[in-house]
Formats: sequence, C-alpha cells, structure tokens
Amino acid sequence: VDVSPSAEQRQLIDAFAALYADGSPPEVVRAAEPLGHSPELWRSLLDTGVVEMAVPAALGGHDATLLDLALVAEQHGRAVAPAPLIEAQVAARLLASLGEPAAGVLAEVLTGQLLVTLAVRPVRGQRAELVPAGAVADAVLAYRGGDLVFVPTPGRVSPVVTLGSQPLADVVIADTDRVLASGSIALAAFTAAVDEWRVLTAAALTGLAARALEIGVAYVLERKAFDRTLGSFQGVAHPLADRASEVDGCELLVHEAAWARDEDPDRFGELAAMALGFAAETARDTSYYALHFHGGYGFMLEYPIQLYFRRARSWGAVLESPQASYRRVADLRMAGAS
Amino acid sequence: MDFRLGEKSDALRARTSAFLDEVLTPEMLERCYRTGTNHDADFAKALAAEGLLALDWSPELGGGGRDGAELLGYREEMQRRNAPVYAVGTTMTVAHVIASMGTPTQRDEIVPRALRGEIVIALGFTEPENGSDAAAAATRAERSGDGWRINGSKMFTTNAQIADYVFMLARTNPEAPKHRGLTTFLVPLAQPGVEVQEVRTMSGERTNITFYNDVYVEDAWRIGDVDGGWNVMGAAFLHEHTAAFVGEQMRLVEAFTAWAHEAHDEDDRPRAQDPAIRERIGRSHTEIEVSLLLQRRAVTRSVDSMDAHGRGSMAKLFSTERLEAQADETLELVGPDGLRAWGDPTTLQGGEIEHAVRNAKGTTIYAGTSEIQRNIIAQHVLGLPRPY
Repeated sequence: VDVSPSAEQRQLIDAFAALYADGSPPEVVRAAEPLGHSPELWRSLLDTGVVEMAVPAALGGHDATLLDLALVAEQHGRAVAPAPLIEAQVAARLLASLGEPAAGVLAEVLTGQLLVTLAVRPVRGQRAELVPAGAVADAVLAYRGGDLVFVPTPGRVSPVVTLGSQPLADVVIADTDRVLASGSIALAAFTAAVDEWRVLTAAALTGLAARALEIGVAYVLERKAFDRTLGSFQGVAHPLADRASEVDGCELLVHEAAWARDEDPDRFGELAAMALGFAAETARDTSYYALHFHGGYGFMLEYPIQLYFRRARSWGAVLESPQASYRRVADLRMAGAS
Repeated sequence: MDFRLGEKSDALRARTSAFLDEVLTPEMLERCYRTGTNHDADFAKALAAEGLLALDWSPELGGGGRDGAELLGYREEMQRRNAPVYAVGTTMTVAHVIASMGTPTQRDEIVPRALRGEIVIALGFTEPENGSDAAAAATRAERSGDGWRINGSKMFTTNAQIADYVFMLARTNPEAPKHRGLTTFLVPLAQPGVEVQEVRTMSGERTNITFYNDVYVEDAWRIGDVDGGWNVMGAAFLHEHTAAFVGEQMRLVEAFTAWAHEAHDEDDRPRAQDPAIRERIGRSHTEIEVSLLLQRRAVTRSVDSMDAHGRGSMAKLFSTERLEAQADETLELVGPDGLRAWGDPTTLQGGEIEHAVRNAKGTTIYAGTSEIQRNIIAQHVLGLPRPY
C-alpha cells in the first residue's frame, strides 16, 4: 500500500494549485455567478492542455490516468472553480472510446474549437434536463433510447439559474441528431463515462470539503468568544475533528476509486458510486459546520464559505443523491446474489 | 499510489485464513461470546506456534520483523473472522514494552513465555474515579523494604480473572504534578491482597474491578524509572489508537444482507428489494471501505509520532461512530424480529444483528472515547488549542 502521491503527481498537484490560486480566487468565483463560468479561467485551463491530457496518446492526447485527473479535480474543487473541466474531460474520453464514428468530433474538441459536455442522466423524451456545463457547451452527448447521440446546442439551450451557480441547462434533443453509437457499445461507453464523472466529481467535492474545513478552522482560530479562542470549545472543535476524519477518508476513497479504473477494474463501478455518495455527504457536512461556526458572518454573501456551502449541495446532485449512490453500491455488490 | 496490499501481505492473509479455518472453531467463537472472555489459551498457543503472534516485533526481540503494510493482510483477516485476541493484544503490548525497556531479569522472565502464548497480562490504568484521564490515577505505591506496597483499585481490568499479571499505573509521588508522580509496575495477580470482582457488560463481555490491599511488589517488577510511568505509557500506547473496528462492521453487514435475502415482506417480496435496506447495505460497505483505508494509512505511513497519533485516532473514531449508527439503523430496518437476542433459539443470523447493537456502544468508549480521539485530532491534526 502506498497512499502518498508520487513525485510526478505532486508536481501535477502543485502546478494546478498555482493555476487555480491565480485564476480562481473567490472574487473570480463571485464575478462568474450566477452562470458559474469564467471564460478567462477556462481559456487558461485549455491552454494548459486539460482536455488533451485526458485523452489517450494514440488519439492525440497526453494519456493521463483517471487518478491524475482526480488530483487535478481536487484542486478545481478547492477553488470552487467556475469552469467546465470535468464535463469536458469526461466527454472527450467518451468520444475517444467510441473510435472512428466520433473521430471528427474529437479532433475538433482537441483543437479547442468545440466544447462538448455529457448529459449524465439517461434522457427520456425530447429534453435533457439540467445538463452540467450545458449552458456553455457547443454540444451535448446524450444517452437516449439506447443510442449515444450528438446534440449541437445552438438554439436548443435554456440555461437555468441554480443553487450552486453552475452552468446547467435544459437541452432539446431532435430525432435527427446524429447517433454516435448504439446498443451494447453505447451503453458500455455511457456507463463508463458516468462512472468517471462520478469519480472526478467526487474528487472535486473532496477538494471543496478540504478547503471548507481549512476556512472553518482558520476562522475559529481567529475569532474569540467569552474571552476564549472559539476553536478551544469542544462544541466547536469536536464536529471539526469528525469532519477532518471524513475528509481524509474521502480523499483516500476517491484516490482508490480513480486508481481502480486501470488497476482494479472489477471494483471500479462500485468504488465510483461509493466515492460520489461519500464525497457528497462529506462536502455537505463539512461546509455546514465550517459555515455554522462563522456565526452570522457565514451567512453573509461577503464571506467565501457560502460559495462552498451551495456548491457542496449541487455538484453531485446533478446526477444522483448520496442515497442513490449507496443503492447503486448495493446493486453492484448484490447482483447475482438476489 | 498503489492500493494493493502487496504480495507479502496477501500471502500472510492466506496463511492466516488457513490457520483460522483449522483452529478457530464455531464452538470456540460461541464460548467466547457466551463467557464474555475474548481469549482462548489453546488458540493463543497455536497462534504462537504458527509464528503469527509477534509478527510486528523486530527479529532481535524474537518477532517476525514485518512492517505495517505487510501485516495488514493478517490484521484484517483476524478482524473479519473475530479471532479472540483481546488478551493476546494486551499481553503482547506489555511484553513489547518489557522487551524494549525492561531489565534483563524482566525480559528473561516475561518475553519468552509471552512469545509462546503462555501468559496473559491485563491492563490496569482506569480506576473507579478516572477513565479517560489516566494520569489522574489514585492507586498508591509506597516504598516498603526492597519493594512497594500497593493500595487502591482498578476498573475494567478485563481478563484479570485469567491473567498472570496486571500492568499497573500507580502513584508514587503525590506531591509531584499528576503526570510526573506515576510509576508502572508488573503486578503478579496470584497473591494475597488481590481481589478480582466480576463486572458484566451490556455486550456480554466480562470485565472486572480489581482491588489491591497492601499488595507487595518487588522493585524488580517496576517497569521504567520511578515517577517515569507516564513516559512508559507513551511508549507502550503510541499506536494503540490505530486500530479501526472493521470486523464488527463486516460481520454486521454480512448478517444483514443474508437476512435481507431470506426474509420477505407482507406481499412476499424479498426484503432485499426494499430500497431503504439496499441503501443501508451500500452505505455500510462504503463505511467499511473508508475504515479500512484510514486504518491502512495509519499503519503504513511513516510519519512523526504525533501525526501518526492523529491518523490512528481518525481510524478509531470514524469506524466506531459509524459502527454504532450501522447497528441501530440495521435493527430499525429489520423490525421486530431484530429484537430476538443472541442465544435465543429464534434469533436471526446467529444473533449477529442483536449482538451488534449491544456491542457497538462499547467501541466508542474503550481504547480512548470518541471525545478523547476528537481532542487528539483537533490538537494534533487541525492545530486547534487544547479543547475545553
């Protein structure tokens, strides 16, 4: 067992930590609301090669593992960054997995001409609802009626203002939209992509939670009440200690799930669902206490902790609740036994 | 990063599993539950004979020289199978203290017998008037000729009824600040003045209160320096908090899942189809995974001791708090049938579910309460002031 990042992984983490410190401070996050998209930040991420890195070298990418991407997503989450990083990477990998039928689209994605996202829930009817990054993407990949379809967004998108200030949108699907894959190939590719989205979103939620905890701890070290440092009261320190244990456990679980994508594929689906359920709860609870211990200040828009609180409740919910993630864990474990 | 335990650890797990298949019988497990004594003399000796007793000790001290990562396969298998190693654990912890900081006489007397699984050493820290605050010990040890006279009492001296010795923290200097007036002794239990009184607990576990009335201990059985007992304790229990309670969680979810497949609701559907039950099963498996990961990190990462202390506390705190919630919620989901107690002929799944409810509560109390673990994490991981 080795749960520490390698020297190379450390470099990757440091590089993106610096990029986000520069490109996504709280002022930028606020300024991007309510849409939740900073074109400048997204441009600098594209220039760094975040989409290419996610794609196999044979197809013109840089061959990053899902674990590498998870380490980047953690930094993204720490900064509650307003950019469609995870969706763009997951969609590019999905296109890459489809081979020839998607080669043209992938080429445009890799040159940065086209921002493609994924409707993470299967679509019923004519409308994909609350598509992550749908409000800023040029096209959506949707799984509908057993097909993976390519849906260009111009004229078909209704952006929605949401709790977490994400660029979510309802997108109309046409029966004439191009089918990229069907049948078992489409289902397998879609399932794998959603599992990758689960892991990367869980990684972002882990980074969000870790940063929210730091903000909360810094505040209770600074603030005094009844002539004592706020953080010296057990009523304050103990919930933070519980959250610290969960955040550390969550980070380990997310790393294991991302690692399993290539190293333990039989457990990947189960670990991906575990990671998203646990990360959503951890981010929810950590941001709750970190905000609560600010008192009334935490409730003010002026303080950054509310940015974390709202996104903690939103990012995972676009796909499923923690309860649904846990039911999926049971589905995968109990399959065959029932 | 690599989340495999590794070939050596896997091999050790396989060896441990084969050993348990042979030696750990259902009768032995049943007896441990029924008597409340988590020890079996034959099992301990067999464990020693198989070379599985002191795997983490250095070869110079007579151990297996295995590192934390290699040991994980062994540790997790023992937890999963509920191997009766409570007394073995306390004995080997104290024997290791003696092997590393005892006198030659103490080492010769204790270490070889401990390594053969022949003796039991109980712990004597907690007292009727102090628990988590171990340094508040009031039991007195006073000079008497070449030795010491001990007077006082110790609470929760688990296994004292079968133990050869108690490893005791006693006050030798009432004038000094509380941490600096304590000394540790290895007190033989078979002697006049020692009284062992049975205490039964909600889980069925038997423990004791032990009384010491003018008990004489030769100075040769003092461990460490006079008034240096707190340092000995620090060395002995630096890693005590690293254990997660994963076996209890695993056995509970296995029993719950087996029940859900067998039981049916009023419309004759298997309870395993109930979304609330499936959610709880998935959540439990997730919490087991996180508990294992926290434990794996705590035992494998070589970091400075305070850091290790906090990481171990996280594993203990998370696993036991979640175990309690699992036990309560499992009982609620099972419904009235869950009340059928362990030992009753109508009980479900060998009584694991009902027993878990009784047993889980203790896990957040002993080996450092959750509040103590949170204090450690708050101070040593989060850098908060000493909690008040």
